[in-house]
Amino acid sequence: MSAFFTVRSLVIGALLVFLALLPVYVATTGQFFPLTLFTRIIILALAATSLNLILGYGGMVSFGHAAYLGLGGYVVGILAKEGITSGFAQWPLVLAVCALFALVVGALCLRTRGVYFIMITLAFAQMIYYVAVGLDRYGGDDGLTIYRRSQFAGLIDLSGKVQFYYLCLALLLAAIWLVSRLVNSRFGMVIRGSRSNERRMRAIGFPVFRYQLTGFVIAGMMCGLAGALLANHTDFISPAAMHWTRSGDLIVMIVLGGIGSLFGPLIGAVMLLVLEEGLSRLTEYWQIVVGPLLLFVVVYAHGGIDGVLASLRHA
Amino acid sequence: MILLFEQCLNGLQFGLLLFLLAAGLTLVFGIMDFVNLAHGSFYMLGAYFAATFAALTQSFVLSAVLALAATLAVGMAAEVIAIRKLYGRDHLDHVLGTFGLILFFNELVRLIWGPAGMNLALPPYLSTSIEILPDVYYPAYRLAVIMVALVVAFFLYIVVMRTRVGMLIRAGASNREMVSALGINIRLLYTFVFGVGAALAALAGLIQAPILTVQIGMGENILIVALVVIIIGGIGSIRGAFIAAIFVGLVDTVGRAFLPEFFRLVMTPAAASALAPALSSMLIYLLMAAVLVLRPQGFFPADGR
Amino acid sequence: MRKSVVAISALIACLGVPALAQQKSVKIGFISTFSGPPAVIGNDMRNSFELALDHLGRKVGGLPVEVIYEDDQQKPEVGKQKTDKLIESDHVDFIVGYIWSNVLLASLKPAIDSKTIMISSNAGPSQIAGELCSPYFFSTSWQNDQTPAAIGLYMNQKGVKSAYLVGPNYAAGKDMMAGVKATFKGKIVGEEYTRWPDQLDFSAELSKGRAAKPDAMFVFYPGAAGVQFLNQYVQAGLKNQIPLYTAFTIDETTLPRQGENALGIPGAQEWVNDLPNDANKKFVADYKAKHKASPSFYGAQSYDAALLVNSAVAAVKGDVARKADMIKAMEKADFASVRGSFRYGNNHFPIQNFYLQDVVKGPDGMPVLKTVATIVKDDQDVFHDKCTMK
Repeated sequence: MSAFFTVRSLVIGALLVFLALLPVYVATTGQFFPLTLFTRIIILALAATSLNLILGYGGMVSFGHAAYLGLGGYVVGILAKEGITSGFAQWPLVLAVCALFALVVGALCLRTRGVYFIMITLAFAQMIYYVAVGLDRYGGDDGLTIYRRSQFAGLIDLSGKVQFYYLCLALLLAAIWLVSRLVNSRFGMVIRGSRSNERRMRAIGFPVFRYQLTGFVIAGMMCGLAGALLANHTDFISPAAMHWTRSGDLIVMIVLGGIGSLFGPLIGAVMLLVLEEGLSRLTEYWQIVVGPLLLFVVVYAHGGIDGVLASLRHA
Repeated sequence: MILLFEQCLNGLQFGLLLFLLAAGLTLVFGIMDFVNLAHGSFYMLGAYFAATFAALTQSFVLSAVLALAATLAVGMAAEVIAIRKLYGRDHLDHVLGTFGLILFFNELVRLIWGPAGMNLALPPYLSTSIEILPDVYYPAYRLAVIMVALVVAFFLYIVVMRTRVGMLIRAGASNREMVSALGINIRLLYTFVFGVGAALAALAGLIQAPILTVQIGMGENILIVALVVIIIGGIGSIRGAFIAAIFVGLVDTVGRAFLPEFFRLVMTPAAASALAPALSSMLIYLLMAAVLVLRPQGFFPADGR
Repeated sequence: MRKSVVAISALIACLGVPALAQQKSVKIGFISTFSGPPAVIGNDMRNSFELALDHLGRKVGGLPVEVIYEDDQQKPEVGKQKTDKLIESDHVDFIVGYIWSNVLLASLKPAIDSKTIMISSNAGPSQIAGELCSPYFFSTSWQNDQTPAAIGLYMNQKGVKSAYLVGPNYAAGKDMMAGVKATFKGKIVGEEYTRWPDQLDFSAELSKGRAAKPDAMFVFYPGAAGVQFLNQYVQAGLKNQIPLYTAFTIDETTLPRQGENALGIPGAQEWVNDLPNDANKKFVADYKAKHKASPSFYGAQSYDAALLVNSAVAAVKGDVARKADMIKAMEKADFASVRGSFRYGNNHFPIQNFYLQDVVKGPDGMPVLKTVATIVKDDQDVFHDKCTMK
C-alpha cells in the first residue's frame, strides 16, 4: 500500500489533476494564454513519449524524430490547402504516411549502431526537411498557414480551445497507456533486452531487427499524430518543425524528465517549456541557464526528475 | 570549362576547411571515444578571438596566433571542468552534454561580445585577386587558405605518423585500454588532444572569418557537415577525414553550382529552380546515408573494427 | 527540489493576473529580431520607435503608452507564437514591427482573426498587398517588389542591357527578383537563389556571374548576408569588372561593416537619411545625438509607425475600441512622415516616391549614404488590384 503513495506517484498525480482542472481555472479567470501554453506542452509531451518508446526503452537514439512532427503537420496542411479539411480523411493518412516513412528509414538506419545511428537518423530528418523547404507551392521555408482546422463533422470542434485541450490530453494519456502496455509485454521485453545486450537477444533467437523496426514504426505514427495536433494548434506548419534541433529539444525533454520512465517525457516537457516561458520573461539571456542545466542533469542526475523523485522513497 | 575549374578550386578550399574542422573532431572521437558537438563553439570562439585581437594589434598573423592560443586554453579548460566527467558514458550523454555546452557558449559570446557579430578585415596584401591562368582571376585569400590548410594537413601527418606523440595518438585510437595499461599518463594525453582539437577548429573559424564574417551560432551548420565528413571518412582516421573532406567539399560546391543547370536540361525552368536547391542541400546527407548503409564504418576506419 | 521551485514560480509568473477592467493606456506590441546578428536591425527599429514616442511626449493620442517588445528570432513560427502571446496574454491594441516577410505571413492570421490592428514597419510580401489584404493591416514601409522595380527602372536609365540576378530563396527574395524583372528591359542572363539564411559563401554564384559576362549584377541580401556578399564580391575582383546594383543590401546598419567595399554601389529606397523635410531632419539629428549612430530605413519606418498609431488614437480621442473609426483615420495617412507626405492605396500600402541612394565618402572620410536622384514618383505596388478592398 505504501508503495502507491511514493513521492513520485504523488507528484505525478498532482500534475495530472492540475492538467485536468486547468480549463476550469482558465474559464473562471478568462486568461486563455495558460491553456495555449499547456496545449502545446501536452502535444510535445506526446511527441516525446513516442520517442521515449524507442530511445528510453529501446536505446535507439533517433536524432530525427521531429521529422514525424513535420510529416504529420504537412499532411494536414497540404490537404487543408487543397480543400480536404475532414479530419476523417486527414488523420488516417497522417498515420499511414508516418508508418511508411518510418518503415523505410528504419529499415535503412537500424543496420547501424551508436553514433552512426544518431547521424543517419539525423541525415534522413535533414533530407525531409530540405524536401519541405523545396515545396514552393506549400510555402517552402516560410511555412503554410492553415485556415481551417481538421473537421470532425460535429463530433468535436477543434477550434474550441477547451475541447481541443481535452482531446490532446486524452490522446496523451492514451499514448502513455499504450506505451506502458507495450513495454510490459513480450515485445517490450525484447526491445529492452536489445538495449542492454543485443547479441544475447539474438542468440536466444529473437528477430531483434523486426522488433526494433516495429517499435520504430509505432513511435513514428504516434509522433505523426502529435504533428497533426500541432498543426491544428498553431494553424501553421513549417519545415522548422522538423529541424534537427527540434529533435534535440525532444531528447532534452526526455532526459530532463527521466529516460525510460512512463511519465518522464511529460514531466520533462512541462519543465522545459514552463522554464523557457518563465525565464524568458525574466531575462533575454535565459538560454545561458538551460545549457549548464542540461549538462548538470546529464552528469549528475542521470535519471532525470523522475529518477530524483523515485529515489525519494518516503512521502 | 574555366567555370568548372574555378568551382573545383572553391570546392577544394571548402573541403580543406572542412578537414581542419573534421580533423579535431575525429581525433577526439577516435582517442577518447567522445562525440563533441561543442566543436562548433571552438570554431566560433576562434573567429571571435581573432577579430578581437585584430582590432587590438592591427596584425592579421599575430591575432591569428593569439586566437589559437586562447582557444587552446579554453578547450583545455573545458576538458578539465566539464568534458572529462562524461568519458566512458553513452554517446547519447556526450551528445546531450555538449549540446548543453553549445547553448552555454552561444549565450556567453552574446553576453561578452553582443549580438551583432564582428568583422575580421583582411590585410591589403591578401585582398586582391591573382591571375592564376590567363584571364582567370581567383581571390588571393582563398589561395592562401588552401595553402595554409595543406601545410597544416602535412604537419598533422608528420606528427601523427612520425613522432612519439603521434604514435600514442594512433595507439589510443585503436586500443585505449592497452595504452593506459602501458603507463602513459592518459589524462594528460586526453587534455592535450582535446585542446589541439579545439585549436584546429579555431583555425578553421578564423580562416573563414574574413570571407564569412563572425557571428553567434556560426558553428552549428558547419558542424553537421564536419560530422558527415568523419562518418564518411571513418571515425578516428585523419587520412579518412582528409579524403572525405575534399570529396564532400567538391560534391557540395560543384553540386550547388551545376545542379540547377543540369536540371534545366531535363525539366522546366520553374521545376528546376524549385527542385535544385532542395536536392543540392540534400546531396551530402544522401552521400552519408549511402555510405552508412553500404559501409557502416566509413571508408578508412582507424581501428579496423 | 530547487528546480521544482523555479518551475512553480515560473508557472505562477506566466499565469498572470486577471486583466483589470478600464483601459487607461494604449498597449502596443512590437515584434522584431533582437537576437543573433539581425538584432542590429531590431535595435535600430526599437530605438527609432522609442524616439518617436519621446517626441510625442510618451503619449499616444493623449493616453499614456506601454510597449511590449518581443523577439521573433528570425523564425516564422516563433514570430507567430509571440504574436499570439501579445494578443491573447497581453491584450495589445496594436501590433507593430516585422522585419521578415515570412514571419509576417505566419503571424497575419492571429492578428486578423482577433481584429487587432497590425502595422508592418518593414516586411511587404505581395500576398498581403493582394489577395490576403485586410482592413486591419497597414504598412509604413513598402511592398517588396517596389524597391527592386525602382532599381530595374534605374538600370534601364543607365543603359544596362544584360543582368545577372542573385538573391536568397525565401518570400522576400523571390519578390525582389520578380520586382526587377517586372521593370528591367534588358536580358536576364542568370537568376540564382541561394539557401536562406544559412548559406553565406557566395563563391559559386559569383563565379557563375562572372562567367555569364553580364553588363551588371543585381543583388538582394539584407543584414549580415549583405556584408558577406560585398566582401566576397570585392575579394573576387569583380568590383571593377561588373557593376553591382542593389536593393536592401546597403544601409546604415550594414555600412559600418561594409566600409569602403560599398563605395559607389547604388541602391533604391523610399527613405534616405538626407531627405529634406523637417520631420526627417529632427528624427535623424535627435537619433544621432542619442545613439551616436545614423538611423536606417528600418528605423525611419518604425518611427512613422508610431506617428501612424498616434494619428489613429488621436482621431477617436482615446477610445481604442472604435476600431473602424481608427482605421478610417489611418487611411488618411495624416501625419508628418519622415519620408515626406504620401497617401495610402486601397490595400493600405503607401503610394510614395523612390530615390536612388549612393555610397560616397562623407565629410569625416567614412562612407555615407546620399540621395542622388528621384527614380520614380507616387509609385504604387502592382498587387493592389488583387485586393478586394476599396
